[in-house]
Amino acid sequence: MSSLDSHADNPYLAHHFETEEQQTESCTLGMWLFLAQEVMFFGGLFLAYAIYRSLYPEAWSAGSHTLDVVVGGINTVFLLLSSFTMAMGVYYAQTGKQKQLALMLLATLALGITFVTVKWFFEYAPKIEAGVFPGKLWAPNPANHHYGQLAFFEGQGLQMFFLLYFVMTGMHALHMIIGFGILLVLIVMTMQGKFHAQRYLPILFFGLYWHFVDIVWVFLFPMFYLVS
Amino acid sequence: MSTEHLVEPSADFPVRDYGPPRVHYLNWRHTIASWLLSRDHKRIGIMYLVSISIFFVVGSLFAAIFRLELLTPEGDFLQADTYNKFFTLHGVVMIFFFLIPSIPAVLGNFLIPLMIGAKDVAFPKLNLASWYIFMVGGTIGVAIILLGGLDTGWTFYTPLSSSYANTHVFLAAMLVFITGFSSILTGLNFLVTIHKMRAPGLTWFRLPLFIWAHYATSVIQVLGTPVLAITVFLVGIERIWGVGIFDPALGGDPILFQHMFWFYSHPAVYIMILPGMGVISEVIACFSRNRVFGYEFIAFSSVAIAIIGFLVWGHHMYVSGQSMYANLVFSLLTMLVAVPSAIKIFNWTATLYKGNVIWETPMLYAVGFIGLFGIGGGTGLFLGTTGLDVPLHDTYFVVAHFHYVMVGGMVMAYLAGIHFWWPKITGKMYAQTPAKISAIVVFVGFNFTFFPQFLAGWNGMPRRYHSYNADFQIWNVLSTAGATVLGIGFLMPAFYLGWSLFFGKDAGSNPWGARGLEWEACTSPPIPHNFEEIPVVTQEAYAYTGEETVSV
Repeated sequence: MSSLDSHADNPYLAHHFETEEQQTESCTLGMWLFLAQEVMFFGGLFLAYAIYRSLYPEAWSAGSHTLDVVVGGINTVFLLLSSFTMAMGVYYAQTGKQKQLALMLLATLALGITFVTVKWFFEYAPKIEAGVFPGKLWAPNPANHHYGQLAFFEGQGLQMFFLLYFVMTGMHALHMIIGFGILLVLIVMTMQGKFHAQRYLPILFFGLYWHFVDIVWVFLFPMFYLVS
Repeated sequence: MSTEHLVEPSADFPVRDYGPPRVHYLNWRHTIASWLLSRDHKRIGIMYLVSISIFFVVGSLFAAIFRLELLTPEGDFLQADTYNKFFTLHGVVMIFFFLIPSIPAVLGNFLIPLMIGAKDVAFPKLNLASWYIFMVGGTIGVAIILLGGLDTGWTFYTPLSSSYANTHVFLAAMLVFITGFSSILTGLNFLVTIHKMRAPGLTWFRLPLFIWAHYATSVIQVLGTPVLAITVFLVGIERIWGVGIFDPALGGDPILFQHMFWFYSHPAVYIMILPGMGVISEVIACFSRNRVFGYEFIAFSSVAIAIIGFLVWGHHMYVSGQSMYANLVFSLLTMLVAVPSAIKIFNWTATLYKGNVIWETPMLYAVGFIGLFGIGGGTGLFLGTTGLDVPLHDTYFVVAHFHYVMVGGMVMAYLAGIHFWWPKITGKMYAQTPAKISAIVVFVGFNFTFFPQFLAGWNGMPRRYHSYNADFQIWNVLSTAGATVLGIGFLMPAFYLGWSLFFGKDAGSNPWGARGLEWEACTSPPIPHNFEEIPVVTQEAYAYTGEETVSV
């Protein structure tokens, strides 16, 4: 029975797995299933987007023209760079270079925080201030030089565009913020020397998650910023 | 680990009977923390068993109260508003806190690792987390009840739920969102466990059909539930922000809500029946001492139900204004999804043929299941036709139909499973006579409760009203009388199963003479890590010879 309780020879192998290979494969499959679940979760929002865009094409075009492509584009670059640093992090984890790994995770965190900060100060806050926030706060000022033109499309699905904009990019940002928390834990664990060439799966899996979140943005950017 | 323990059931190799072990999963630690922090799939299964039993009692009490109200055509002690809350809470509690977790979270959790020869599920901590998430959802459910209830129906149709209801819809959206993630994590855990944790020699086509059924269920849980989560999330947003994503007055489309809701909630009815079908396959094979007829067909029919089940949601929406052509396609696909269910029914029946049928308690429940699920599924086809659905839509015919599937099907299967594996789970055998009587009382009470509802609905009685035309009273009196009998039938197991815990005799490792790793390679109750040595499987499932003996 003792041989079943734990693996004295391998502290990284949980008691209920027989081999390290089995453990690795199980965790990998679990992670991909989690991402499949995420695809379905965002899928509901993409469906709503498709329906309402086909119902209200003019409002979509007008709403899209008020979004700042430059800010959105720069943010896209930040995010893609963070994916690159994350991929490098996974590489350094696999090759057991702990210092470089910590650096790459820090860079990923910094780029991610930059994205969310830019999003808030250059995109969300000005819109909320100008009354371009759907629901009870909705009151776009016709005299506003940037959002004034929207008044023409009032009542034709304009709120729906901004509702989906806030919900979808907000849900994306929420996934990033959850990622920041996990990144912090991973950075601390890296500094404690918990990851090396024999144990890097948490880094690999967080990388998968981070790339997934980035890919969502790669879809969101053209869907909201580049509608004509 | 090096010594190989061969499981080779055959007539001249008698089924091993390990005595009750000195240390097993129930007694190896006694503190409360050892339960609440346990990562043992068996203990987590027991925690789910206790939780959902409490929710089942709560949900039944709601039903008891409105069944009493429906004795007379007038509204007597429940008025419309209160009545709406009672049937809504009955539905929400029974679906999210009983039917969906019932077999997967209790029996699935307990049995999947035992059946596939593993020491635990693939992610034990996640398994425990899913129970806590479930309980957070349950706490919100209790809060909703204490704060004044919910009156939208369990379907949360917009714009009623988003614009008009003055009850706790936002909390209910949170409840569904959170409880859903418990279900997703359970499904994810089972998928990985079934893929990666099988014992040596246990190939896909040697797996018990219980495992195939849970595999199909888990696929639906992982891929369907997140869509419901995002849908109720949007309803919640609509209520707190005052936006109109499903509100036609603000440019939204309420039909979109119905599409998104049923995209999950139709597959969800297969979450609520597929695991039951898995139980029935085990019980029928054991008590007819036969290999399940057409094993591969039953295995693949579970997978087929999971796949086709994702494509039939529109049959809930024939009268919603959905396109006529969409109705036709959904109707056709609905006929198609009935085929794999029918295959199972025919194959179970064929398994009985020339078998040594033994009428133990689980078998009584299982045979009851076949008949009641046959009626429930068959009337589903009535409702799946585009013409007949129009007059029957939102009548008691629909209520009777889905109760035949959910109670006549899933609850019967759940009870069959509980009675079948109770000696394995607790190590104790219950008294047979009261158990057999309870199976018959449940069957009779169930039919008296719900068959009159078919007739009331066929004659046009609409669902969801607290008062009704006096012409329908006879059916309602019958139904309430039947519900009383059914309630007694459901209470009986609490007594004789409870009694068996303290006074029951030791069951032995295999009282039914059943095949399968959980019976042949495991003690009753199982030891903390399930197996002394990881078994090696050399045979297909259900290798019954007809010479196994029952010792109860």
